[in-house]
Amino acid sequence: MSREVAIRLQGVSKRYYLGTPVGDGLKHLLLHLPSQIKAIRQRKPFDALVDISFDVHRGECLSLIGRNGAGKSTTLGMIAGVLKPSAGTLETHGRISPLLELGAGFNQQLTGRENIMLNGVMLGLTRREVRERTAEIIAFSELEDFIDAPLRTYSSGMIVRLGFSVAVHLDPDILLVDEVLAVGDARFRQKCLERMKQFRSRGTTMVFVSHDVGTVAKISDRVAFLESGRLVEIGDPAKAIEAYQGRLRAA
Amino acid sequence: MIYYRDLLLVLLSKEFKVRYKSTFMGYAWSVLHPLMLAMIFSVFFRMFMRVPDYTLYLIAGLFPWQWIANTCTGATGYFLGNAGLIKKVRFHRSMLVLSSVFNDSIHFVCSLPVVLGFVWYYERTPQWSWLWLVPALIAVQAVMLVGVGLAIATCNLFFRDLERLTSLVVQMLFYLTPIVYQPDMLPPSYHWVLYANPFANLILCWHGVFYGGGVELLHLAAAAGWAIVLAAVGAGIYRAKVWRFAEIV
Repeated sequence: MSREVAIRLQGVSKRYYLGTPVGDGLKHLLLHLPSQIKAIRQRKPFDALVDISFDVHRGECLSLIGRNGAGKSTTLGMIAGVLKPSAGTLETHGRISPLLELGAGFNQQLTGRENIMLNGVMLGLTRREVRERTAEIIAFSELEDFIDAPLRTYSSGMIVRLGFSVAVHLDPDILLVDEVLAVGDARFRQKCLERMKQFRSRGTTMVFVSHDVGTVAKISDRVAFLESGRLVEIGDPAKAIEAYQGRLRAA
Repeated sequence: MIYYRDLLLVLLSKEFKVRYKSTFMGYAWSVLHPLMLAMIFSVFFRMFMRVPDYTLYLIAGLFPWQWIANTCTGATGYFLGNAGLIKKVRFHRSMLVLSSVFNDSIHFVCSLPVVLGFVWYYERTPQWSWLWLVPALIAVQAVMLVGVGLAIATCNLFFRDLERLTSLVVQMLFYLTPIVYQPDMLPPSYHWVLYANPFANLILCWHGVFYGGGVELLHLAAAAGWAIVLAAVGAGIYRAKVWRFAEIV
């Protein structure tokens, strides 16, 4: 492919040290100093990702599949720029909009409208840009009647709708979708998928994490199958999904 | 640039709205708390504190102290309380600290009329020099607290029970700072404590303004020096650890 690269990972690894040394608190650390120091020295590294390399081209939709703990969210976190690779390099081009987890980044005390402003600015827009988009965001979320009520009165489905609406109206160059669509009702989910298709035709790059292989097959250009932090298969959706399901059956 | 201003403004207005919505007394607390403390100390300590206009002395120190205490104890939650954002969104996390300190400073400014009421009651004459002294002291205090806030907020991600330690240390610092007593009541051999305590110099300056006697340049310089040191230390700790926030929060 000769198209522009939107995201490039080269030999990316992420290593965590299990058990933060002072996770039990300062008191515990001080009272058990010798044994704690030993524990810190002997901390076991955990390789969340090992030597991952792939490119995502502009306008492409790449899905990440794999079992829990395979490294999908870690990959997404690094693309979003909140995690730093332990080794390797990662470059991204363009504005990134992560779709937040259910309600994360929202404030329960504020109204829906206030949360749109808060979230929009946190995700990288100026206030004026958010204001210009507010009406559209509200219309897309279909929450007109509740938009001035505090968020704590919303159902979880409503919060997802609001979150999705804000994220897709940021005109991102890269959209990161982490497993959020599972919560909305079928009709709204359909609407989101429509919207994501629109994004693709507009040239937005997408990275999609899901366990729902049906949706993955429908929207992705390529699929990457991760297992235990390693890239097992990347390419043709049908082939990668087949590999994933084969591995599931074997387990 | 416009973006950072907007980010700051949005965070600020969030803090403000949340605070007003959750406690209907909102701003009243930031005034009532130091007032109650001043009342308690003036009733109990008046007998053995030979300080003229003791209540005014207390007020002049307790109001700025309230801001210090608010920020220090609140700082433990600046990052921890925004875990969802930190995990998912890339933004300048230091903005969370800046907006909170800024917010606390607004509360302090809003409480100043109460202080001025006492100044008027005790028949002190406001000075023209206050017009630059008060903003200067607010600025010094804000810089100092941004440093302290960055340090506390960062460290609390790694040592979760820093919260209790912080409130204990704030409590101790309160007594190491000349708020209920005057510095010359300390034996001269203990005066180094005042210079070693970043907040003591600042409070001495506030006394110089609202209680009277003028601000000694030495105290102002020491406070400003401390502010720069603390801001540098806080920024250093923050920068060293900011990349690990999303892993650990």
